[in-house]
Amino acid sequence: MQVPAYVEYEKATSLTHALSLLAKFGPEARVLAGGHSLIPMMKLRLAQPETLIDINGLTELSYLDSTGTELRIGAMTRHAELLGSRLAGQHFPILHDAERVIADPVVRLWGTVGGSLCQADPSEDLSAAFAALEATMVIAGIEGKRTVPAREFHIGPYETVVGPGEILTEIKIALMPGGGSAYEKVGRRAGDWPVAAAGAAVWLEGNLIRTAGIGLTAVGAPQFAAREAEESLIGAPATQEAFARAGRLAAEHCRPVFDQRGPVEYKRHLASELTVRALRRAVERARG
Amino acid sequence: MNHDHFRQQAYGPAARKEDARFLRGKGTFVDDIALPGMLHGAMLRSPLAHARILSVDTAAAAAHPMVEAVITGDMLAERGLAWMPTLSADVQAVLATDKVRFQGQEVAFVVARDRYSARDALELISVDYEPLPVVMDAGLALDPAAPVIRDDLGNGRGNAIFDWSAGDKAATDAVFASADVVVSQELLYPRSHPAPLETCGAIADLDEITGRLTIWCTSQAPHAHRTMYAMMTGLPEHKIRVVSPDIGGGFGNKVPIYPGYLCAIVGSMMTGKPVKWVEDRSENLMSTSFARDYHMRGEIASTADGQILAVRAKVIADHGAFNGAAQPAKFPAGFFHIFTGSYDLKAAYCEVTGVYTNKAPGGVAYSCSFRVTEAVYLIERMVDRLAAELGSDPAELRMKNLLRPEQFPYTCPTGLEYDSGDYPRALRTALDLAGYDALRAEQAAGRQRGEYMGIGLSFFTEGVGAGPKHQMDILGLGLADGADLRIHPTGKAVLAVSCQTQGQGHETTFAQIVAAELGLSPDDVEVVHGDTDRTPFGLGTYGSRSTAVSGAAAAVVARKVRDRARLVAAAMLEVAADDLEWSGGAWRVKGDPEQARGIAEIAMAAHSGLDLGTGVEGHLDAITVYNPPNLTFPFGAYICVTDVDAGTGQVSVRRFIAVDDCGVRINPMIVAGQVHRGLADGIGIALMQNITFDAEGNCLGGSLMDYLLPTSVEVPSPELGATVTPSPHHPIGAKGIGESATVGSPAAVVNSVIDALAPFGVKHADMPLTPAAVWCAIQAVANTTKGVKAPDV
Ligand SMILES: Cc1cc2nc3c(=O)[nH]c(=O)nc-3n(C[C@H](O)[C@H](O)[C@H](O)COP(=O)(O)OP(=O)(O)OC[C@H]3O[C@@H](n4cnc5c(N)ncnc54)[C@H](O)[C@@H]3O)c2cc1C
Repeated sequence: MQVPAYVEYEKATSLTHALSLLAKFGPEARVLAGGHSLIPMMKLRLAQPETLIDINGLTELSYLDSTGTELRIGAMTRHAELLGSRLAGQHFPILHDAERVIADPVVRLWGTVGGSLCQADPSEDLSAAFAALEATMVIAGIEGKRTVPAREFHIGPYETVVGPGEILTEIKIALMPGGGSAYEKVGRRAGDWPVAAAGAAVWLEGNLIRTAGIGLTAVGAPQFAAREAEESLIGAPATQEAFARAGRLAAEHCRPVFDQRGPVEYKRHLASELTVRALRRAVERARG
Repeated sequence: MNHDHFRQQAYGPAARKEDARFLRGKGTFVDDIALPGMLHGAMLRSPLAHARILSVDTAAAAAHPMVEAVITGDMLAERGLAWMPTLSADVQAVLATDKVRFQGQEVAFVVARDRYSARDALELISVDYEPLPVVMDAGLALDPAAPVIRDDLGNGRGNAIFDWSAGDKAATDAVFASADVVVSQELLYPRSHPAPLETCGAIADLDEITGRLTIWCTSQAPHAHRTMYAMMTGLPEHKIRVVSPDIGGGFGNKVPIYPGYLCAIVGSMMTGKPVKWVEDRSENLMSTSFARDYHMRGEIASTADGQILAVRAKVIADHGAFNGAAQPAKFPAGFFHIFTGSYDLKAAYCEVTGVYTNKAPGGVAYSCSFRVTEAVYLIERMVDRLAAELGSDPAELRMKNLLRPEQFPYTCPTGLEYDSGDYPRALRTALDLAGYDALRAEQAAGRQRGEYMGIGLSFFTEGVGAGPKHQMDILGLGLADGADLRIHPTGKAVLAVSCQTQGQGHETTFAQIVAAELGLSPDDVEVVHGDTDRTPFGLGTYGSRSTAVSGAAAAVVARKVRDRARLVAAAMLEVAADDLEWSGGAWRVKGDPEQARGIAEIAMAAHSGLDLGTGVEGHLDAITVYNPPNLTFPFGAYICVTDVDAGTGQVSVRRFIAVDDCGVRINPMIVAGQVHRGLADGIGIALMQNITFDAEGNCLGGSLMDYLLPTSVEVPSPELGATVTPSPHHPIGAKGIGESATVGSPAAVVNSVIDALAPFGVKHADMPLTPAAVWCAIQAVANTTKGVKAPDV
């Protein structure tokens, strides 16, 4: 049995309560969402928070709805709930593609969307999916709420703009007609973290690409996005050649590192290959 | 009704008796046991792979209010326990005194009043290390400039452990020199780990008043452990009791004695209280017995028309920092002798060099039958390499070269005597089940569309059931197994055996064996195992030996009971014993079969006042010891169908066809379960499992996120077939099945993937065939043709 170090535990009953507990216990306190990243790190003593502030009771952060112009996802929405949401799947199939290959059913039942983003693991699948969709993050502090674009949310590996006294409350995605999206991932096994993955969201006007978002994970893409590839697509016809060019640019501009999952060349190749595959499927879906 | 009919009634598919408690969560594993006043141990391990220990300061840990004892190597040295013997005539540090030799090596042991405090106190121990250069590459271990890991041995042999050879070198070289075709290939069988769901652990309880030591332990071999504890600690063996309760998987991982067990014993000696130590997942993966790490070069020689003539192998075996491999055979190259495979060869020769590296000790664990797995992989990859070279179909090439039924018993070029087999029948059965020709047609059509499907075969022969005393022992203990069968007056039976089930279903299978011999229902036979106080001596469960050895003992002891029962039945029926015959589960008067007595009636009579005649003891209980005359040789034909995504390198196993011949099948459902498990193992080993290290010796496989086990997504529902060729020397004709599928399947998976990649010109790629490895294999060929260096995987 791996055993964590001593830790204090507080159960928050509301967002305001959680924020006040964070203020009270200071920077050595950590929010506990699904715990599927935090608890394993505590068991290995890679993380040793002094206090855990459990936000699992905050039903106010657990929702998934549409305002007509935006899809809103509460931070405490579980992976399984996002995967099970017809609303999310209908507008953004990329989210279902990604959720289907995140961890396993047990982790998905408990892990949360907000926890995934705040963990900021360079291999987190949802970070790339939300980067592709150019989502907006809502962050609450004792002074009120602020919003941050998905592409400004991460500072680096395991680091986000969410401050010690703050909580991520919501992810918003603008609803626009004519879109299609998809996510492609290579793992070594079901439930494995990605060797590499790519997400694509495209909006078409006739056969032309009006706008495109490409997210990459586990390959060292800045803010999980492939900007050069996206730019190459804007206004281009949705053809195999355009996808291939985007794939090449995605591969060129990412910075994968060698590890047990594979060498740099391979990951770079995947950045290209998976970008092409995701674009192809996203465009098929956009065409309906 | 003849005896065979009765045997068939007791044999056959039956749900496991064990399931009742396991499915209800009512098993009792070591960690479920809590004794009054029990303390908890935690192990401090080395963060470095090779370093001299300058000092160990335990003062702060000892001052922790919950800590009862802190044990260091120096303290063990005072008791003569700092080093312990391994299963291969080497020694291993219990707690390091001079150097640490692998990352994760045991350095100090804390005993505290709860598990949390024990773990907390580890952080209060400070160890001063002087880092030393490491040896991580087995190929470089023998370099004269390499740092010597085992300077404690002072034998001037550097990092060399042993040099083995088997077969006739001159004859083999001569065949190679004149052969039309010779193919050679470097093959790595990477380091894998058994990773049982339950990690290793022990509770030691030394009773100060009686002087009795009881050890509850995750042990696949309780009796062997008892003898070893006696030899190590100096405690008299009759005062030691080893209890192996329910075991959550062994696969060889629970054969050795680990430092933690001894530390728990010493902890109990020091505190006078029971001490529990259960390792965590990372400790299990990083420090306990691994398997494989065999660096092989294979060569195969044949005629131009595909008659295989000879095989040669040269191996560097990486045994880690201490030679902890279990290696019972006195054969010159151990069980690797079977690398001649299932084929009719003129000659074969192998050389195996064992080396020390700064990795965890072990070598054989993980369902490998003491290196049979490596041998099978070598020969089956080489046959496929030859088929590709000759442009012949791998199934046809095998069929052409398989041993023929009339050649059995067959002595292979390295001297093993294969007991029985009908190899062509097994291969034909597998090809039919697979629809082989249709698969080949589908493959050809798919390739036109740029789809890469692979069909891989493997035909394996194992030698299991260790083993004949004149051929093998472990630490001087021969591998014979006892059996003790008691028949209660009401005809219910209790069989006590020395082997220890870890999921193999012995409580069911062995009850069926006894029931078949005595005309009882398996429900009336209770099987006792795992407690040295309640069972006769024997060497334990590993190497597929339980049915082959203890199962034989069970049949033999039941026949002894039957013979005793005959005398009682004769007295009951007032006839001479010679006038009785055993038939239909009862002793019957010859020529008057209605005059019969079954075991239950006889048992009651055996305890009664009935005059049994002079010299007849009464009661039916019997004991026996079974010393197998030979190994048994299970075999099988496996076919694996894969689909490879050449754009990403991902492999998916579409179908797995497994035809096993393990001789007589006592409980075919349990046999199928063993095969299912082994196929999952084999697919995992071939595609994802690997314990790797970085250049500094840090273990990169210390969690199940890094050391991947396959899931139901990667393992298709297997399609099983069977042929039955009884073992001629086993009392009931059974062979072993526990490891067959682990042994036979990796080669089929690799052969399948390489077959899929044939259009790219790929001839070989080492396991595990991860997406990266597959993609790199394709690129390596592409780049070689372009003159570019292939990327390192
Ligand atoms: C076996 C396994 C496999 C996995 N495989 C994958 C995979 O393939 N792909 C993938 O993307 N992920 C994978 N994961 C990660 C999983 O998706 C995340 O662990 C999990 O969803 C994180 O969410 P959580 O709710 O469990 O966060 P927690 O573990 O509770 O928290 C993670 C971190 O975020 C902080 N935090 C949580 N919520 C908030 C909030 N609302 N505001 C501010 N800070 C917050 C916590 O303080 C903590 O620092 C895997 C995990 C496991 C255990």
